[in-house]
Amino acid sequence: MIAIEVLFASAVGVMTAAGIYLVLQLRTFPVILGLSFLSYAVNVFLFATGRLVVNQPPVLTKYAESYTDPLPQALVLTAIVISFGMTAVVVMIALSAWLSARDERVDMENEDPPPDDTEDVASVEGQP
Amino acid sequence: MNHWIIAPVVLPALLAPFILMVIRYHLDLQRIFSIAGTAALVLISLVLTGQTLGGDIHVYELGDWPAPFGIVLVLDRLSATMCLLTAVLALAVLLYAVGSKWDERGWHFHPLFQFQLMGVMGAFLTGDAFNLFVFFEVLLIASYGLMIHAGGPVRLRAGLQYVIYNLLGSTLFLFALGTLYAVTGTLNMADLAVRVAELPADQSALLRVGAVLLLLVFCIKAAVLPLHFWLPAAYSNAPAPVAALFAIMTKVGAYSILRMYTLVFGPEVGVTEGLIGTWLLPAAVLTLIIGCIGVLGTRKLGRLAAFGAIASMGTLLIAISVFTPAGTGAAMYYLVHSTLATAMLFLVADLVIERRGNDRIASDVKLPQNGLIASLFFAAAIAMAGMPPLSGFLGKLLVLDATRDAPGAAWIWAAILITSLIMIMGFARAGSLLFWKPFDPSLVEDEPVDHQMPKTGKTAEVVTARAPALPFLATGGLLVALIAMTVLAGPAMNYANATAQQLYQQQDYINAVLGGASE
Repeated sequence: MIAIEVLFASAVGVMTAAGIYLVLQLRTFPVILGLSFLSYAVNVFLFATGRLVVNQPPVLTKYAESYTDPLPQALVLTAIVISFGMTAVVVMIALSAWLSARDERVDMENEDPPPDDTEDVASVEGQP
Repeated sequence: MNHWIIAPVVLPALLAPFILMVIRYHLDLQRIFSIAGTAALVLISLVLTGQTLGGDIHVYELGDWPAPFGIVLVLDRLSATMCLLTAVLALAVLLYAVGSKWDERGWHFHPLFQFQLMGVMGAFLTGDAFNLFVFFEVLLIASYGLMIHAGGPVRLRAGLQYVIYNLLGSTLFLFALGTLYAVTGTLNMADLAVRVAELPADQSALLRVGAVLLLLVFCIKAAVLPLHFWLPAAYSNAPAPVAALFAIMTKVGAYSILRMYTLVFGPEVGVTEGLIGTWLLPAAVLTLIIGCIGVLGTRKLGRLAAFGAIASMGTLLIAISVFTPAGTGAAMYYLVHSTLATAMLFLVADLVIERRGNDRIASDVKLPQNGLIASLFFAAAIAMAGMPPLSGFLGKLLVLDATRDAPGAAWIWAAILITSLIMIMGFARAGSLLFWKPFDPSLVEDEPVDHQMPKTGKTAEVVTARAPALPFLATGGLLVALIAMTVLAGPAMNYANATAQQLYQQQDYINAVLGGASE
């Protein structure tokens, strides 16, 4: 039993670490991969929140002496569907961002440029 | 059972696919149905608010499953108020979007708008933490579409950042919910409250981790420092009506904090006692400060409004984070005010940007309808900065009053008062550059008149030709709402205080959901 839990915990940990590393990259493709890793990690994590039980049915019947919690499985199913949809959306937006700018960087240009490149302010204020 | 409670979720959920599939190519019909649907939403929210005035808490069991097993929607004063606020804001924003023709600059504005409303309404009404996650995703996925409405390279890249940031937030939300479920074995908010209160102190470490993870998620939504980085780029590059609608999205974060940390991890719950307020209060003060510095420092009008939104979230969360009924009452009043004021500021900023042709804060273009727009900007700036006579002043006064006995009250007061001054300076600078300087005779005489016009891409005459009344009507409507909040401040404050009192009667909520739900 201990072996399963160690395997589970390290799988979640390694996938989360890989996901965070990839999300911190500045190009869209690694970032999307990182988001996928994170969503896999959280799905596995959610699966384990009902405790890990081996060889038990997910429903309580009079024949089963024990059962595994079915609710996390339902939660994981919802989370998988949502993360799948979200990944599709982010791929589409990344694609259109690349197609419109031919550039796959994630970071923005300097959004508040210093006044030097807005010469109109200087032309109004700087005239003697 | 009271079926009105599900109506704010079902109506947009049915309307959006109808618009998308049946009247996809008829923009006029889309507009009619979208506006009619949103107006109906205002009426439904009024009915719901009326039902909660007596102080009752109504529960709607989806699929008629009893409470801890099925998902419930819960209607109390707080959720009814939030629904009404959302509906009123949405109507004004929608009228603006139609009047300014923003909705025809890209595809599917109206269906996305309705899906967005569905998500926001659901988030306010649900009584289940996992269902809250699902509605968060609904409102987010609609907001991704709205954010990149009308396209353009800069907007797409800002949208991409916004999506990535929020996907990370969603992942964190799932981690938080998983942790809470692992400790308590339930995700129904009322049931969570019961289980958390019963948990012995020596088993509470994991629970505290879950509580703080959840707080981080809501702080991302509410743009609390240091998790606010997504907001300025996203809001200033979003289409203006969308940015105005997003004024309610940060409030979804504030609402979730208010709900979870009064009901489940309330002030008297032993395991998390003092934990949330200790962290939230300094973060809120810093949020306020950074917002005001942004307002003063930015050279772009869109970012001015975005930093104004961050500053108002700072003030709001200061009021929330003291976690007393008085503080929450002040927060309720300020929440309604700041949502309307932020939306108004974004809409006025768009009126200016549309006429200038760019969003720089500079004095190179004489705006058509300068007087009217300047007055609206002046009113929005007064409301945002919290000067008399508008409701922002009363809101800030209430927040100051509520934090009088809080630890570090001197720091909070100093932060609120000094940042108000900084914001006034920031708005005054922007307003005089945009509206006064172009008309200053001493400056205009030096400059040849023709010299000014060709410098910007769009000349003023082109814009003068079309000046539809509807955008002004929508912006003015928000101003009227702000004035109404000021004139009716007494009744509004009584209502806000009663709402806050109800939030701190956690047992009523728990009884309504778990005990007396069957009748």
